[in-house]
Amino acid sequence: MSAVDLSVSVGPLKLRNPILLASGTVGYGNEISEFIDLNKIGGIVTKSLSLKPRKGNTPQRVIETPSGMLNAIGLANIGVEEFLKTKIPFLKKFDTKIICNIAASSVEEYVECTKLLTDEDTISAFEINVSCPNVKEGGLEFGNDKKAVAKITEEVKKVSTKPVFIKLSPNVSRISEFALAAKEAGADAVSAINTLVGTAFDIMTRKPKIKNITGGLSGPAIKPVALAKVLEIRRNVDIPIIGIGGIFSWQDAVEFMIAGASAFQLGTVNFVHPNISETMINDLILYCEKMKIASLKNLTGSFIL
Amino acid sequence: MFLANAKVDSVTQIGTNVFLLKLQSDKIAANAKPGQFVNIKVSNSNFPLLRRPFSICNVEGDYFTIMFTSVGEGTLVLQKKQKGEFVDVMGSAGNGFSLDGNYEKAIIVAGGIGAAPFPFLIKELEKIGKEIICFSGGRTKNDCITYEMKNVSTATDDGSFGFKGTVVELLSSEIARYKNERIKIFGCGPNAMLKSLQQFCFTRNIEAEISTESSMACGFGICQGCPVQSATDKNKFLLVCKDGPVFNVKDIELP
Ligand SMILES: Cc1cc2nc3c(=O)[nH]c(=O)nc-3n(C[C@H](O)[C@H](O)[C@H](O)COP(=O)(O)OP(=O)(O)OC[C@H]3O[C@@H](n4cnc5c(N)ncnc54)[C@H](O)[C@@H]3O)c2cc1C
Ligand SMILES: Cc1cc2nc3c(=O)[nH]c(=O)nc-3n(C[C@H](O)[C@H](O)[C@H](O)COP(=O)(O)O)c2cc1C
Ligand code: FES
Repeated sequence: MSAVDLSVSVGPLKLRNPILLASGTVGYGNEISEFIDLNKIGGIVTKSLSLKPRKGNTPQRVIETPSGMLNAIGLANIGVEEFLKTKIPFLKKFDTKIICNIAASSVEEYVECTKLLTDEDTISAFEINVSCPNVKEGGLEFGNDKKAVAKITEEVKKVSTKPVFIKLSPNVSRISEFALAAKEAGADAVSAINTLVGTAFDIMTRKPKIKNITGGLSGPAIKPVALAKVLEIRRNVDIPIIGIGGIFSWQDAVEFMIAGASAFQLGTVNFVHPNISETMINDLILYCEKMKIASLKNLTGSFIL
Repeated sequence: MFLANAKVDSVTQIGTNVFLLKLQSDKIAANAKPGQFVNIKVSNSNFPLLRRPFSICNVEGDYFTIMFTSVGEGTLVLQKKQKGEFVDVMGSAGNGFSLDGNYEKAIIVAGGIGAAPFPFLIKELEKIGKEIICFSGGRTKNDCITYEMKNVSTATDDGSFGFKGTVVELLSSEIARYKNERIKIFGCGPNAMLKSLQQFCFTRNIEAEISTESSMACGFGICQGCPVQSATDKNKFLLVCKDGPVFNVKDIELP
């Protein structure tokens, strides 16, 4: 056993280590458990769940871009009810934190989903995906509207018995203002960032490479942007941050912690190296030993400007 | 499914733009089934970033082979692999062909690089005593692959090799010969070809399985990037990487 303490807290949520798997890049945990021991990592964030099952977008849904990829999955998911019935029994078997990510098209739907899930013991926290079109406001994304972010946070907090994290969109000019809105409405932490809007064309057909025209950019290409967003939040708002965006190595993860993240999520990398969340643990220990860091949580926000 | 560091044994060019890559991995070789695929991280860098899927072409002891055409950056990197190098391979993925069914003759229908999964399938079908008839097609002679096929007839769009027309047109012109026999069709190729093969099987009520393709990000069911429309439930997509890549012709609606 190493003397290094890897445990961290994200607001009230205690984690064995800061390694979380990001929403939409681990499904509901079963496939990736062929490659890693879920009991060794901090936890997993489920694919965004909505009240009713969603079929998702027409293919083509994914395309590789330089050091990254675009996706337009369209929040395809099995819905809350099916999740409770068929996925929870599997997840129950693990001693790891299950963070339930919720996506909805109205404030009422966010609340309804939270109500249905909050009594399930297996779930440790909620992550609210606000990068979804607000159907009542003509499809404008909640994540682009500070008032809507505050409203969702406030209403979800009212019915949740678990910590609530708001997952912020990077497609705004000042992300820290959104983090502040979430904090003031009672959020326990923010997750940053979701994907950046992007597109790509086929030059022979002149058509977009993904059917939805635009998609969400993820992977190493977005890491510098994501780091800057985490830093901006850290320097302006006093709220725990879960760092996400282009982490492909333990070094990338350490950068996010230095910039201000209490924990971090691995996304696209799971597609390429599905075992990295587990192999990274030892690398983090070695780094702490080398740097004489007794507790990894001391790294959070330790940047020197 | 495993992650394996597979050792390159050889890269062999078998056609104008057709290559065989032979890799050593006892784990993958021992567990592979015909019609399954491997997902290869072709480089150690972020370029290309995602794994690339390839059908398992054949298995021999601790070795397995993939057959590929060079179409972009990833396949170009593979083409240049040297003996002794190691390649990061995930596999074997997907469901594979089912050898079951009420048939004595297996009819193989390949379009272009769709020939890739058949050497392995043919070997396994022969082991259980099935008779093999192959049809292979391509745009030109260079695109028509007959590698390790048995009793093969060819079709090319330009007539440069065998029948002039598509491989499904060739099959239509030949099928009468098997009308009193119990047959099952195994197909692989571009979507347009699979669609016409599907139609062919529907009109004649022939049992068939087809191996399909889709763009993919993960290759093992976690990204939802590879949907194909279910034919039985209009509200449902199936995943090519996990529910496929092989489907009964009756189960999917091709794009
Ligand atoms: C289950 C499955 C099995 C496959 N088996 C084989 C095989 O045995 N042999 C073989 O040569 N190829 C096979 N493919 C296709 C192969 O994966 C692609 O040719 C390869 O990913 C291209 O990579 P690249 O980096 O060279 O090309 P890229 O630079 O990524 O793309 C170059 C061109 O290839 C097209 N392309 C990219 N990915 C795919 C894809 N998945 N399917 C079809 N076209 C694509 C692009 O649209 C583009 O026009 C299979 C695909 C799947 C999904
Ligand atoms: C294929 C795919 C699907 C995703 N689905 C979701 C989702 O359902 N909900 C969500 O909040 N984020 C989703 N994301 C965003 C990721 O959780 C993450 O925020 C983003 O990909 C950036 O991290 P990365 O660069 O490490 O992938 C998805 C990302 C990808 C690539
Ligand atoms: S490629 Fe990711 S689910 Fe099929």
